[in-house]
Amino acid sequence: MSLAATRVRYVLKRLIQSIPVVIAILVINFFLLHMAEGDAADVLAGEAGSATPEYMEQLREKFGLDKPLPVQLAVYLKNVLSFDLGYSFRHGMPVIDLVMDRFVPTLLLMVSTIVIAVGLGIILGLIAASGLNTWRDNLISVFALITYATPLFWIGLMMIVMFSLKLGWFPTSGMENVAAFYEGWDRVKDIAHHLVMPTVTLSLFYLALYTRLMRASMLEQAGMDYVITARAKGLTERRIVFVHILRNALLPVVTMAGVQVGALIGGSVIVESVFAWPGLGMLAYEALFARDLNLLLGIFLLCALLVVAINLVVDVIYSFLDPRIEVG
Amino acid sequence: MEFWRLYRRNRSAVFGMVILLIVFFLAGSAALFFPDDPFSLAGKPMSAPGENGFSLGSDTLGRDVAAGIAHGARTSLMIGGLATAVAVLLGVMLGGLAGYFGGWIDDVLMRVTEIFQTIPSFIFAILIVAIIKPSINSIIIAIAVVSWPAVARLVRGEFISLRNREFVQACHIVGMGNVRIMLREILPNCLSPIIVAGSLMVATAILIESGLSFLGLGDPNIISWGFQIGAGRTVLRSAWWVCTFPGIAILLTVLAINLVGEGLNDALNPRLRDHT
Repeated sequence: MSLAATRVRYVLKRLIQSIPVVIAILVINFFLLHMAEGDAADVLAGEAGSATPEYMEQLREKFGLDKPLPVQLAVYLKNVLSFDLGYSFRHGMPVIDLVMDRFVPTLLLMVSTIVIAVGLGIILGLIAASGLNTWRDNLISVFALITYATPLFWIGLMMIVMFSLKLGWFPTSGMENVAAFYEGWDRVKDIAHHLVMPTVTLSLFYLALYTRLMRASMLEQAGMDYVITARAKGLTERRIVFVHILRNALLPVVTMAGVQVGALIGGSVIVESVFAWPGLGMLAYEALFARDLNLLLGIFLLCALLVVAINLVVDVIYSFLDPRIEVG
Repeated sequence: MEFWRLYRRNRSAVFGMVILLIVFFLAGSAALFFPDDPFSLAGKPMSAPGENGFSLGSDTLGRDVAAGIAHGARTSLMIGGLATAVAVLLGVMLGGLAGYFGGWIDDVLMRVTEIFQTIPSFIFAILIVAIIKPSINSIIIAIAVVSWPAVARLVRGEFISLRNREFVQACHIVGMGNVRIMLREILPNCLSPIIVAGSLMVATAILIESGLSFLGLGDPNIISWGFQIGAGRTVLRSAWWVCTFPGIAILLTVLAINLVGEGLNDALNPRLRDHT
């Protein structure tokens, strides 16, 4: 079989493997919805102000709430597959529209965070590993230890005190200055200016994680046989570190970047609600306050699916990066 | 004592132990030094640290920030400890079963574990608390539900490596039951990694709890550090101390627990000791 066909088969196999995960997430979502007090009929009746028992029965019949649980589950699955996530009564909009509206800002925040955390983490880990047990290594380790223990929301608030209120360098909240009506390049610059503090806050924790991982990975690779071979060939230390060790040490960091996406989404709920960044996390925070469970479950579902998708993509990229991976 | 001799070699672990003991002391003596309800109005609102008899200032409603931190220490340690205990219990049970029996039991349990690991944990915790209604119990359940998979994987690995050892085969030959072999023979042999993982999980649990109560999902009747910070964020501009001090308390406690966890790892896993 040709190499390309093997790749395609591998991608297909991973796709099929993720189907049960997606179904399980949907089922969990359905049961969470059911555990919540009150159903859609209660909510609708509550919104209307008053309702007779007959009207409630009618509503339940209309939404299929009088059917047995497995039937309701089937209906729910069918709805989700046709992109119907229910209706947010607080916002008076279908959940799917609300969620899609807020998707782009979250993606922007997450991508910039991953780039900074992974990029800087690799550099710091490299510096720490190449000067083992020197002051640089110790300083980086202490930094990683402290950021690992600090709650994200507190870092965010302290950054607001320092850089927004005291120094006035960055805006305290929001994604752009709506009143300024910037267009084109100015708007991009304005959004980038607003993006700095949320990104730095969210990346700190992951930066610590990747730094530690990169340091450990570099040290592990440095003890391998191929490094001794390279040294015996008379290569310079510089070439050994940057060409031989670095490439191999990067692989576990790439895998970890995929695994951590779920945690990153959790962190973005906190960071977005601190900086009023208008993404999914902020929407979740608003939904929490309005007790809008339909919306909250929709966000949860989308985030879970996003994690599955990103893990899939990372796995496929990884199989291209590292030819040793079993693809059969 | 051998354990203490090994533990002491890690100086930062001793430092962590000292901080942790102080936090425990603070939690234990909270009722002694701050006998009033930490929610009660103790004096003039928005007093700066040192003013009007408030060592760490007061918040918008005149609640004593220092009293909140002392009582909050109890909340953090209690929720961190209990949630970890539940998660470890669940993880040991499921991981132990999967590792000991293998086969289809292992397949099913590991699939479930994978699914729970895929779901974004913090949002899942938020949902669970929001649906059951915020209270100590729902917070503990939520943290345990999102934390057990890591323990399950660890315990499964340990059980797999131990189940075919000679001492276990000997137990089979003398006719011991499966449950007895699992609990009395295999489990004691993998306690050290469980203790280390558990101690680090307490730190994560405290961070999750603070995040939940910061978002307004804490138990409304119990003061916690996250709640204090959440309540103080609206007055960040005029009263920085309301948010700052509880945050430092979280930072120090979590840092101390992480250091102690590393120290335990050094002392309990002699194999790994000279590794890094």
